[in-house]
Amino acid sequence: MKENIVIIGGGIAGMEAANQLLQLGYLPIIVEQTDHLGGHVAQWHKLFPDMSSSQEIVSNLKERIKDAHVHLETKVKGINSLGNRYNIMLNNGINIVTKAVLMSTGFSLFDASKKEEYGYGVYDHVITNGDLEAWFNGKTDKRIPPQPKAIGFVHCVGSRDLKAGNSQCSKVCCTTAIKQAIEIKERFPDTEVYCFYMDLRLFGKKYEDFYIQAQRDFGVHFIRGRVSEVGETLDGLVQVKAEDTLVGKPLKVTLDLLVLMSGMVCNSQVTPLAEMLRLEIDDDDFLKSKDNVYGIIESNRAGIFYAGACTGTKTIPETVSEARAAALCIHNYLKNNF
Amino acid sequence: MISQGKQKIWSDYQKEIPDDHWYYVRSCIRQNFFPASEKMFTEITKKVLHKDLYETPHHTTCGGIAYHCDTIPQETAMTIVARQFALMTEAGYENYVPSCITSFGNYAEILETWHEFPELEAKIREDLWKACRREFNKPKYLAHSSDLIFHWRNEIAAKAKHHLVNKETGEPLKIVEHIGCHYAKMFPHKGVGGAEYPYVLAGMIDSWGGQVIDYPERRHCCGYGFRQYHVKANRSYSISNTWKKFESMEPYHPDAIITNCPGCPYFLDRWQYVIAEQTGKTYGENGFGIPVLTYEELAGLVLGYNPWDLGLQLHQVAVEPLLDKIGIEYDPKAKYVGLNQEDLLRPELPSSLKCF
Repeated sequence: MKENIVIIGGGIAGMEAANQLLQLGYLPIIVEQTDHLGGHVAQWHKLFPDMSSSQEIVSNLKERIKDAHVHLETKVKGINSLGNRYNIMLNNGINIVTKAVLMSTGFSLFDASKKEEYGYGVYDHVITNGDLEAWFNGKTDKRIPPQPKAIGFVHCVGSRDLKAGNSQCSKVCCTTAIKQAIEIKERFPDTEVYCFYMDLRLFGKKYEDFYIQAQRDFGVHFIRGRVSEVGETLDGLVQVKAEDTLVGKPLKVTLDLLVLMSGMVCNSQVTPLAEMLRLEIDDDDFLKSKDNVYGIIESNRAGIFYAGACTGTKTIPETVSEARAAALCIHNYLKNNF
Repeated sequence: MISQGKQKIWSDYQKEIPDDHWYYVRSCIRQNFFPASEKMFTEITKKVLHKDLYETPHHTTCGGIAYHCDTIPQETAMTIVARQFALMTEAGYENYVPSCITSFGNYAEILETWHEFPELEAKIREDLWKACRREFNKPKYLAHSSDLIFHWRNEIAAKAKHHLVNKETGEPLKIVEHIGCHYAKMFPHKGVGGAEYPYVLAGMIDSWGGQVIDYPERRHCCGYGFRQYHVKANRSYSISNTWKKFESMEPYHPDAIITNCPGCPYFLDRWQYVIAEQTGKTYGENGFGIPVLTYEELAGLVLGYNPWDLGLQLHQVAVEPLLDKIGIEYDPKAKYVGLNQEDLLRPELPSSLKCF
């Protein structure tokens, strides 16, 4: 009989860890609170920098983990420690005893309505990066005009923002904005696209090329300056006030659509789980790793491991790498301790 | 515009406002600008709504203007404020209501600073004792006088003689609300409705039958801004800000503007004359300007007070078009007749802005 490993969270971290654990001879049991696997990636359209299909990645992973047990729309109701094992009680009435738990609870998108000055939920044509991806995937959205003349992207919404309670950089928003700007230009070549940024953090492989491509091949305008306020004009368009800090002048531009690049915050469902498992929460509200250099996927408790954005903002390649590493760590932990 | 979005934000920024027993402190400058506004506040509070409102002639400036102009340090402003609180304490009150927005911001900032730095509060208490042998309790509740009119807006509506409705068309009047910068921009939770979409004046307009205009430059400064106007060389910057607001609100054809700050109504009113003289442009109908009222003046009109008793003849922009729209009767000949039938004399008429 195969050893149970409980994975809490069925995003790509949980799925990839399940994939590796299956290959190592274990029975991964994924507990996912939503009705689908794939987390945020399943909601996304294309992925930077290769414009690969996110649906394809999720589908491939689903195929690879078809022998895993998956509980969708299921929450962890309680957790008991039984010596060096854990008894996981699910709200569907199932109890699972396991020697190791992988936390892959991921992140939530920052609630953009908290940045009241941008008018998300107040103005007719202000949306978030998540809303735009849903529209790219075919969802109808009346806020997005059929033939926009001008669209703006606001970087760092809820990221690197102490007033919003988040000092962390969300890592992926700069490149996501570039990707989304390119996707917009591919659909609407005549649309003027503006990106308002603090600074561009393009650290990953090919990210800088992607940025140059957006300017050179698609004519996306990058404006270094934060948006100070957003208003609505008489005809329902979005008026944006910002400062172009490179030319040292304030600017005002009227747009058909404003896209707010909501940052990553820790999944709000993590706190009760952390309390049940007596896991430490870091001062950025993400789960606290044993250390941030060598022990990022280890927790303060034996048998509990982390993968992906539950410990901080991550790109997809980082998340996948952590999931693989976590699977190996779990394997070694079980081999050495039981 | 998604009205439910604003309502959600408004619900996040509620503040507790006691219904009665307030210690009132007047503004340094409002009585010079729009002299009947504070009188109307005391009139509505005491005589119309029968509330307990106390004020003392020993009250002085709060030091807010000097603090914001960098002519006194904050510790000096704090000691002045400590004395005001001592007067309130001696009078037996614990609810403090200033008339001035900058005072309200000054009090809020000082109370917040003392909360964060109690050692500073202890020092100010010592300084006050050394200076004038007074002691004080901090107010239990701090509200701006527009908060109180907001709190009583439905009681006022119930007694209303007039509503903010065009008597010819039956349509609600389109009203621009302008909030003083120091009301909630520093501490959003101290203001009704927060800083981005304040509800304090919008709530009055809603209750009294009008329609609130939200225009792109709604949040922009009126043009007063102490360092814009008090520094003489910056006065063109002051008027350029006001001009920007009028250009932005013009397409909405507002019938009136209401404000809750000492400086805002003055600058929005007087600069319309200067803009008209400089450019020939006027923003109201038929060569008139857009009337700018304080919330007390508007409440007075709604309650049926005589416009000339409200001091509306001291506005630069003629208010008669607004009175006609609402259907308020007035005697044009009595416009410049003061107390005891004193002749106030007629002002020289501008060349571009139509006035009476």
